[in-house]
Amino acid sequence: MARLSPANLMVAHEIIGRYPVPRSALIPLLHLAQEQDGYVAEDSMAHIAELVGVTPAEVMGTCSFYEMLKRAPVGDYMVNICHGISCHLLGASELIHHAESILGVKSGRTTEDGKITLEAVECIAACTEAPCLQVNYRYRNRVTAEDFDQLVGELRAGSAGVAPHGNLAKVRQHVSEDRWAGVSPPDGQGEPPWMTRNPSDDGVGS
Amino acid sequence: MSESETVVNITVNGQAVEAVPGEWVIAAAERAGVYIPHFCYHPRMNSVGMCRMCIVDIDAGRGPALQPSCMVAVSEGMVVDTTSEQTRKAQDGVLEFLLLNHPLDCPVCDKGGECPLQDQTMAYGPGESRFIEEKRHFEKPIPVNDLVYLDRERCILCDRCTRFADEVAGDPLITFQDRGDQTQVNTFPDLPFSSYFSGNTVQICPVGALTAVPYRFKARPWDLTEVESTYPNPMGDRVVVQASRDQVLRYQGVDSDAVNWGWLTDKDRFSFEANASELRLRSPLVRGTPLGRPDPGGSELVETSWRQALTQAAHTIRAAVEGKGPQSVAVLGGARLTNEDQYVWARLAKGVIGTDHVDAQLDDGLPADAVLGLPRATINRACTPGGTVILMAPDPKEEQGTLYLRLRHAVVSDGVQLIELTPRASALSHLAAHRLHHRPGEAAAVAAALVGGDIDAGPDGEIGGVPAEALAAAAAALAERADQPITVILGRTSLAEAAGPTVEAAAELMKLAKLLAAGSRPGIAFLPALHRGNVLGALDMGLAPGLLPGRVTLADGGSALAELWGSVPAASGADARGILKAAADGEIDVLILLGADPLGDVPDRKAAESALDRVDTVIASDLFLHQSAAQADIVLPAAGFGERRGTHTNMEGRITRERQVVTPPGTARADWAIASELARLLDAEFGFASPEEVWGEIVRAAPSHRNLSLEAIDTETDGVVAADSSITFSPTEDVTSVPHFDAYSLRLVSSRRMYDRGTLVQHAPSLAGLANAAVLAVNPYDFQRVGVDPGTEVQVVSHVGEMSVPVAAASGVPRGTAVLGFNHPDLDVRVLIDPDAVVTDLRIQTG
Repeated sequence: MARLSPANLMVAHEIIGRYPVPRSALIPLLHLAQEQDGYVAEDSMAHIAELVGVTPAEVMGTCSFYEMLKRAPVGDYMVNICHGISCHLLGASELIHHAESILGVKSGRTTEDGKITLEAVECIAACTEAPCLQVNYRYRNRVTAEDFDQLVGELRAGSAGVAPHGNLAKVRQHVSEDRWAGVSPPDGQGEPPWMTRNPSDDGVGS
Repeated sequence: MSESETVVNITVNGQAVEAVPGEWVIAAAERAGVYIPHFCYHPRMNSVGMCRMCIVDIDAGRGPALQPSCMVAVSEGMVVDTTSEQTRKAQDGVLEFLLLNHPLDCPVCDKGGECPLQDQTMAYGPGESRFIEEKRHFEKPIPVNDLVYLDRERCILCDRCTRFADEVAGDPLITFQDRGDQTQVNTFPDLPFSSYFSGNTVQICPVGALTAVPYRFKARPWDLTEVESTYPNPMGDRVVVQASRDQVLRYQGVDSDAVNWGWLTDKDRFSFEANASELRLRSPLVRGTPLGRPDPGGSELVETSWRQALTQAAHTIRAAVEGKGPQSVAVLGGARLTNEDQYVWARLAKGVIGTDHVDAQLDDGLPADAVLGLPRATINRACTPGGTVILMAPDPKEEQGTLYLRLRHAVVSDGVQLIELTPRASALSHLAAHRLHHRPGEAAAVAAALVGGDIDAGPDGEIGGVPAEALAAAAAALAERADQPITVILGRTSLAEAAGPTVEAAAELMKLAKLLAAGSRPGIAFLPALHRGNVLGALDMGLAPGLLPGRVTLADGGSALAELWGSVPAASGADARGILKAAADGEIDVLILLGADPLGDVPDRKAAESALDRVDTVIASDLFLHQSAAQADIVLPAAGFGERRGTHTNMEGRITRERQVVTPPGTARADWAIASELARLLDAEFGFASPEEVWGEIVRAAPSHRNLSLEAIDTETDGVVAADSSITFSPTEDVTSVPHFDAYSLRLVSSRRMYDRGTLVQHAPSLAGLANAAVLAVNPYDFQRVGVDPGTEVQVVSHVGEMSVPVAAASGVPRGTAVLGFNHPDLDVRVLIDPDAVVTDLRIQTG
């Protein structure tokens, strides 16, 4: 869709300022772009490349590594149903099948109203709560078919209390100056400013 | 192990090997003659350990273990076994994995027959696959740019091309994407791998994933005949020329430690297409009637025999000499020929005809006494770790591509300090320690301040447009590393300004030599960055006014050479500019063009036009009937690169062999043979039967080339550097005065781009369309001052001409300066350049 908006550009510059070298800000900026558009648009990647001083191809290389950075528009709500082994044993396939028939789309697709994208994902580390799913990466545990129907109803009605896709990043948090990591020169001269040494360490090791 | 140790003793397959500290095991083994199979390892790039093929048994004291030999440095007492059962099994397994997704389409793959994957599978592989599942599928070859196709199914993800793009070329426009089980190499959508060096990725690809458009499906490796040769560019890049059925099909770079490290620019690599062009001259041409009958006053060029063309040429030369004297014959060009060709033409012009109006440079270079008189550096000297390079030349990326790669590596990896003393940013600017972007024409003042440390900035706080603080910092940095080699890359930074300021700046920098003379400091030396392939050879062979072969002046060496040649010119002649002026004034009757296109190349186009109009007889020896040759009266088809043999001299003075692999088209002949035959018709028998015999005479005639026998040149892999010069650089104390800069103008800087309207580029179909759009580049801050918006088409006026051109913002252009490419296919900047002025000022007309 678009490059970063003027307001987000301000945030981007603040984020870049937190790092010794601009390219370290690449991933936070990708989050910012995803928050803006719900996915990371190619124009955003090109914009980020300009901001951090790398080529768009390098941004693409990083962005495409991360499954959770979407490079095409997705629904407002990503519903990720786990099909890891525990969930599978406790009925995940049936749940996915049920979800596909309720939503009318195969997993990996977005419903026609653009609300919900269904995905079957690998283990999301909640095996004790199997079968489980995530809505925009917020957990729903021990999900039954009825729970799922109710969830879809709430999502469509906007009453599920889940922010639209992309609003995950912590990039907007303001770090007060006294908590900054500090910027050490990238040529490696001297110690990084955040390194505080125990006085008793002096003269020991290197 | 103490730090002073310079040798690490290791054992490879039971053989004792002396390795260099820090060396990778794979490199040490290879030097000892033990080849370890590999795909991703490349000696000119950082190791990444991607392919795992080089896994061997390495025992560094804790028992043998399988380790990737491209990632393990040698250590004292290390025992390496590349033949153990464990190693064999590991290699076997790695190959089976690599072949999981690799299509077995070798019969239709261009790489088949020279494919490391194919070869190593045969040598080390399991022979049979257990993989029965579906392989990965991608769209079959996709273009990554105009020259290179990528087949992602064949790719084994060795990271060589992407590493090359990032580490070597500095154009990371191809990367790994979708990393995971769908990893692929790709560009950003709609942003091609537009690098000047993309062809190298094809050469280093260990499978058939990357293929070059000009070579695709043209030949099988086993049908190719090849010779090792030297590409005739100013770097003297070492190449292998490969041909099939008497046609050159490919150039591959050769890893020469002293020169190009195996790399080539795309322009050079794919220029073979031009040599195979249908438009090559195949037969001598003379003026004739439209019906094809030779007639000296005819309007057409008609085919004729060599005998007739040369007889006519000899006749006109003899008539001119008998008429107005030898100085009524002039020779322009010759910088693209071999040393032997140049020598024979020089002997013909200076020894037989007796004219000294000879110049290989077309008013776009530097005076010969500066080039030959300044202490000469080598490329390796410039790249010495810890040294300093002063760039006072056009952007090396545009003009000397492989030098750019060497310098880039030196700055990035070896801590070479780069000081840029140019009127605009280059591709190396972002790596430069100090950027002294001066106003056009004012390099000398900046150089003087840099050397003298006497920075009297005056009220503006600047010298020549460079802030005093920046100059002081650069001067301090230069002084700090004064005990390391200082190398100046010297060339014409802008063809819109006279050569004078550059020479004066060089003279200022030469003052460092005296300052550094104390102690055993390596001091300062120069690498001339001149245009055209063998221009340094041409100067060495005496194709310059006042010079004789062997870097001697006519005055110093004339009497010695007269014994061999019979005679030498009585007086010094004129340079290219003077020759064209004399021709326009009717003083020249015969103008001989040796692979020269003055109409296309001379900055003063009007002078070239009136010269060609006025001269009675123009004789052109060339590959193509370009605009200047089309106006000639006698056209002689010459043999080009790959069709001739001889030697080449690069910017260092390094002499290497150029070898022949195909026959010239039609009846085209090597230039030495043309010149010899012409001499014979002028009653001078040179007696040369081969270029080797010509070299035999060069060794005797040229003082700087004594002892440089062909055997000596062939013994050394990287050729031999001719270092002696009896010419001293004696600059005048005059300082060119640069007109005051007025605040409403932009001062023009014009230099060449890689893809231009040059004859070779335009005759190579793959390269002809690659030139960037012509734009007048201006500093973003200047738009308000001149009152236009970026992107608009504007009318640009100088006091000699005007033209319409789109204007664009470029932060690398200093304020008050405007940059326009010199040799652009669509637009001729020479309309604006005032050849008699020191600098050219432009105004942008608004409204």
